[in-house]
Amino acid sequence: MIAEAGRFLVALAFIASLAQMVLAWRGADHGGLEGWTRAGRAAAEAAVASAGLAFLLLIIAFVQSDFTIAYVAGHSHVDKPLVYKIAGAWGGHEGSMLLWCLLLAVFGLGLARVGPREPAMRSRAVSFQGLLQTLFFGFLAFASNPFDRLDPAPVQGNDLNPILQDPALVMHPPLLYVGYVGLSAAFAIAAAGLMQRSGGREVAAALRPWALGAWTSLTAGIALGAWWAYYELGWGGWWFWDPVENASFMPWLLGAALIHSAIATEKRGAFPGWTVFLALLAYVLSILGAFLVRSGVITSVHAFALDPERGVWILGMLGVSAVAGFALFATRAGSLGEGDGFAPTSREAFIGANNLLLAAAAGVVLLGTLYPLFVELLGMPMVSVGPPYFDATATPLMMAALALLPLAPFLPWANGGAKPALRQMRAALALVPVAAAGAALLWFGAPVMAVIAGALGAWVLAGAAMDAVSGIPAAKARGAKLAAAGRALAHAGVGFIALGAAADASRPPDINAAMAPGETIEIAGHRVTLREIARADGPNYLADRARVSVSGRGDLFPERRFYWGADQHTREVGLGSGIEGDVYLSIGEARPRADGSTAYEVRAAFHPLIWALGLGASLVVLGGLLALIGRLRAPVLEPRRKAGAVAPGKGAAPEPAEAGA
Amino acid sequence: MIKARRRLWIIASGAVVLALAATLAGVALRDTMVFFYSPSMVSENPPQPGQRVRVGGLVVHGSVDRPGEGGANFTVTDGRGDIRIEYAGSLPDLFREGQGIVAEGLFGEMGVFTADRVLAKHDETYMPPEVAEALRQSGLSMDDEGYGGDRIEASGNLYRGPAVPPAAEDPVG
Repeated sequence: MIAEAGRFLVALAFIASLAQMVLAWRGADHGGLEGWTRAGRAAAEAAVASAGLAFLLLIIAFVQSDFTIAYVAGHSHVDKPLVYKIAGAWGGHEGSMLLWCLLLAVFGLGLARVGPREPAMRSRAVSFQGLLQTLFFGFLAFASNPFDRLDPAPVQGNDLNPILQDPALVMHPPLLYVGYVGLSAAFAIAAAGLMQRSGGREVAAALRPWALGAWTSLTAGIALGAWWAYYELGWGGWWFWDPVENASFMPWLLGAALIHSAIATEKRGAFPGWTVFLALLAYVLSILGAFLVRSGVITSVHAFALDPERGVWILGMLGVSAVAGFALFATRAGSLGEGDGFAPTSREAFIGANNLLLAAAAGVVLLGTLYPLFVELLGMPMVSVGPPYFDATATPLMMAALALLPLAPFLPWANGGAKPALRQMRAALALVPVAAAGAALLWFGAPVMAVIAGALGAWVLAGAAMDAVSGIPAAKARGAKLAAAGRALAHAGVGFIALGAAADASRPPDINAAMAPGETIEIAGHRVTLREIARADGPNYLADRARVSVSGRGDLFPERRFYWGADQHTREVGLGSGIEGDVYLSIGEARPRADGSTAYEVRAAFHPLIWALGLGASLVVLGGLLALIGRLRAPVLEPRRKAGAVAPGKGAAPEPAEAGA
Repeated sequence: MIKARRRLWIIASGAVVLALAATLAGVALRDTMVFFYSPSMVSENPPQPGQRVRVGGLVVHGSVDRPGEGGANFTVTDGRGDIRIEYAGSLPDLFREGQGIVAEGLFGEMGVFTADRVLAKHDETYMPPEVAEALRQSGLSMDDEGYGGDRIEASGNLYRGPAVPPAAEDPVG
């Protein structure tokens, strides 16, 4: 019953999306004010309602353990805790695709309700969103239906992969998808702007809040995933440059570039073509990410099971979206207009440089991720491209962006002039890198790149602090104050992330040992003694729990679990957190020794300042939210500031005449 | 004129950054790329000594040895050749006999592979593409029971390092 209703609703959402695309298009042709537009909006509502209901039905099927549905049988188990039954609805390919589709429809309705101010452009954006929805609902209905029947129905399900049964992983996919799919709204607005021949400033103003919201959510999703990898996989890594991670990182880099370039375009009309191009590209790379993750073409430690047929579908959707977007761009980019001039030391120039570096970083990540695939397609020997490549390419490009970042908020628009900014940052400029480099060398004996990254982190933090002190009071309107606070917080977060990453790259070597109860090892000055191992079974797993005494950290309780539903072992790590870092313990298999005693695999590591990563990511997300709220309170398109606006903290300096007029 | 100059300036700086990134990427790719060797490939065309490579295959049943002092040794096969792998770390939780795995590291003198990374999938039904291709080439195909039935046996053709050319065998005499 649920399966039939679900299939019907998915088909209905597909048809509604198709109708939304056609009706809203006609609505835009008629200026976006007449009945066609209203009908398009009704179709968007119908798509959201049917997709939402379908998603609800899938959750109900999971709660009831309805194993007549193949997807439920593949990802659930009667004994599983309720929250993970519900999370199973987005724990596998088909269900997460339904979530993706639902979010596409929600953003479609969002565009119809609070999209671009200009009615024709809004209706056009709703129509483009309808196209993206139609593609994905078609994929869902015809090639990845979560409501497909399984006959005969099994008595018991396969269980959700136990390492995914984790609180962080319950929230990780929805946040990530809001990010990926939110970029579709920026895509739709960019395409609509091109179609309507709107000016660059209007397009940038219309897409900025959507891009900002999407990027913030993407940041939160990636951070949760990294945190989960850190404590759940049992080896203490949080970023591996794995293709699946890169799949999320490329849209993130482009999104970061987009939310900055959109500011320059909206406020100053600078590089309008680039901003629109980025908005198109960011969503196309989101689909590419879905392709990499779901087609199984690339070896990754955490991809979905492989299915080449899916890959062909996703490539098709990627092709249609990319061709539609870029063909429009190629033919109509000229109508976006050209911005006013700016000097090399203006804020526009620095935002441009930041964009260039972030886009180049995304480019090298793309190359490294796809290179093994190219080589294989050419029939050459199979290769892999790993962390050393990305550390040598993407990392220095991002570090260059960090070096420029703290100065940008102090630079004036247009005519520029770095002197005031440099004067303001003189103290930080002179002291911070030296101090940080010295400290890093002294404390960790760190690799050179890590020392530079640490110094840059400190430099960015100092810049963010000075920006907060001078920028927030200088902003007059409430919205502008929020936006300034958001900027300072997000930049501080980036500084903390750089510090945390640098510290973790300089950590002492991890220790792998086999220990019997009573034995002691030492890591980073902490004595680690295995006391005892006891059984600690849960509702759907068996577990051995170790009690380990760590000097300065008390007792830690790492666990090794066996989930019988999935026939799989997992680890729960023991974390002893402190201001200088985490002591990280995980236990593995028991192994008998010749003398009759039993030893256990123990992995011990020390992660210095690892909290800085979590704090940094939280600050970036918080900053993004504040900036978004501030943006929504600001007038949608401020009257163009005639004389190149003012650096925060500088007061209303008399404006020099614009260059390049 | 100023507009033209500005545009030139933007294009030039863009070109410089792109050229820099491309150079960086090209050099890094050349230096860090890691080739994959299947067990049957490695004896035909052994990698250079000290070259970092990936190997992969199915873990032979009964081949996993976990010494009391930590680490693990095991054999992988593709049905035509075998490689013995030593790993000092703690094996991933998804590592199990009969499963396809990929290991990264270096070959030692006697053809024993010292791995510093062992990749097993989160998803136990998944086969790394490299391993699947190696198995296809060596004639092992997947049936309902998995690869070659449910018990993976060694081929008996264990890799023992590159064949040493006779002249170089004992230069002292």
